[in-house]
Amino acid sequence: MSGLAQRLGAIQYDAQGRLRHLLTLEGLRRETLEELFTLADSLVEVGARSVKNVPLLRGKTVVLLFFEASTRTRTTFEIAAKRLSADVVTLDVPASSTSKGESLLDTIANLQAMQTDAFVVRHADSGAAHLIARNVAPQVAVVNAGDGCHAHPTQALLDLYTIRQRRGSLAGLKVAIVGDVLHSRVARSQLAGLHLLGVSDIRLVGPATLVPQRLAQLGARVCHDPREGLADVDVVMMLRLQRERMAGGFVPSDREYFELYGLTETALTVAKPDALVMHPGPINRGVEIASAVADGGRSLILPQVTNGIAIRMAVLAQTAGRGADTDA
Amino acid sequence: MEQLADACAALALPDPLLVGIETGGVWLARWLHERLGVSAPLASLDAGFYRDDLRLGGLKGQVRPSNLPPSVDGRHILLVDDVLHTGRTVQAALRELFDFGRPACVRLAVLVDRGGRELPVCADAVGLRLDVPPGQRLRLSGPDPLHLDLEAA
Repeated sequence: MSGLAQRLGAIQYDAQGRLRHLLTLEGLRRETLEELFTLADSLVEVGARSVKNVPLLRGKTVVLLFFEASTRTRTTFEIAAKRLSADVVTLDVPASSTSKGESLLDTIANLQAMQTDAFVVRHADSGAAHLIARNVAPQVAVVNAGDGCHAHPTQALLDLYTIRQRRGSLAGLKVAIVGDVLHSRVARSQLAGLHLLGVSDIRLVGPATLVPQRLAQLGARVCHDPREGLADVDVVMMLRLQRERMAGGFVPSDREYFELYGLTETALTVAKPDALVMHPGPINRGVEIASAVADGGRSLILPQVTNGIAIRMAVLAQTAGRGADTDA
Repeated sequence: MEQLADACAALALPDPLLVGIETGGVWLARWLHERLGVSAPLASLDAGFYRDDLRLGGLKGQVRPSNLPPSVDGRHILLVDDVLHTGRTVQAALRELFDFGRPACVRLAVLVDRGGRELPVCADAVGLRLDVPPGQRLRLSGPDPLHLDLEAA
């Protein structure tokens, strides 16, 4: 494990080796992912009950701090925390003191003074969740719900969990990550997770503007030709074009992008016949993916959303539900 | 075990629903289900999410998915566990059961009652009563064959 990964691991585990924060998949132990998946298996069953709550986080207060727009992630975190019986507060950031000039850490300090137990943070700046994690009290957990272009660990976990649910194991699978890898925190977390679970054949597929050759440093093969990138793959993980992070002409036009890199039934013919199709959402139909594929039999886009609740329940249960420190 | 089966039969529950508590209780419930000729499908639960010590040490070990019917309203439930000790597992199991509805009654069947109760819980059907000294624990291994061991806690 590299020095950086060790440092990332160190901040995410407590002195007893329990998951304290989830900031990135880098630096985590493989067993941690397996434990989260096993726990999610049991929590999926809870979602199928008429009373969909278990008292794992009863009496705990979870604050959702979303400094960036989000529908799926925020909603599924809120449902996850409520299904664990936590009290949930969603901070209305545009109306909060942060827009009046209060610093991020002052905001956190004030929320901590209200006896909160966990923060779920989405922020436009890479490293925001780490900054908060380094400045919270020992009993407080921080979960990264996406920071800049850096990481989105729960999205990657739910993607990997969904593959595991369908295939039993990820060992030996061939995976293509297609689209705007350059700006994608999801892709970085997916790569870290795939490596951790022993997947070695990973291709990053897209135009040179969005998948520059230097991204091969992330431990994957860069393919600008989609036929080469999708050849014989078991899983196609599509990415959203992140125009909000693009400053300039990365893509000539939506139409041209779809012609070259959009996932269509034709493009999928080179993949395995039972290849799984995934997308973290929101999808741009007719730009990244054709409706026939998004709504077709191989698409796992909606099961990903469902699994997002169980995975986020597992993460909150392990971090916010760690129990008292016995090493103090 | 035959003594436990006889005690369960004597309860004369109408159309009982057998619910085994993971994991030893499930093995026993499976045996009782066959031995008593119960028609309702066997059910199971893992009360791990309902334990009263979660605040102290978080989740301990693997929690298995519960397998209960969507509603237990009006059902006569025979809750089965291997060893009855403090009563805390049974209390957690009852909390989970009541999230699935309002049973007509819940009866408790255990292979061994080792005493040492910390809550007002008592079994309705017992295979064996045994005084186990503190610092020792009974462990059922299985599922086939079922075997009971006394070991240091």
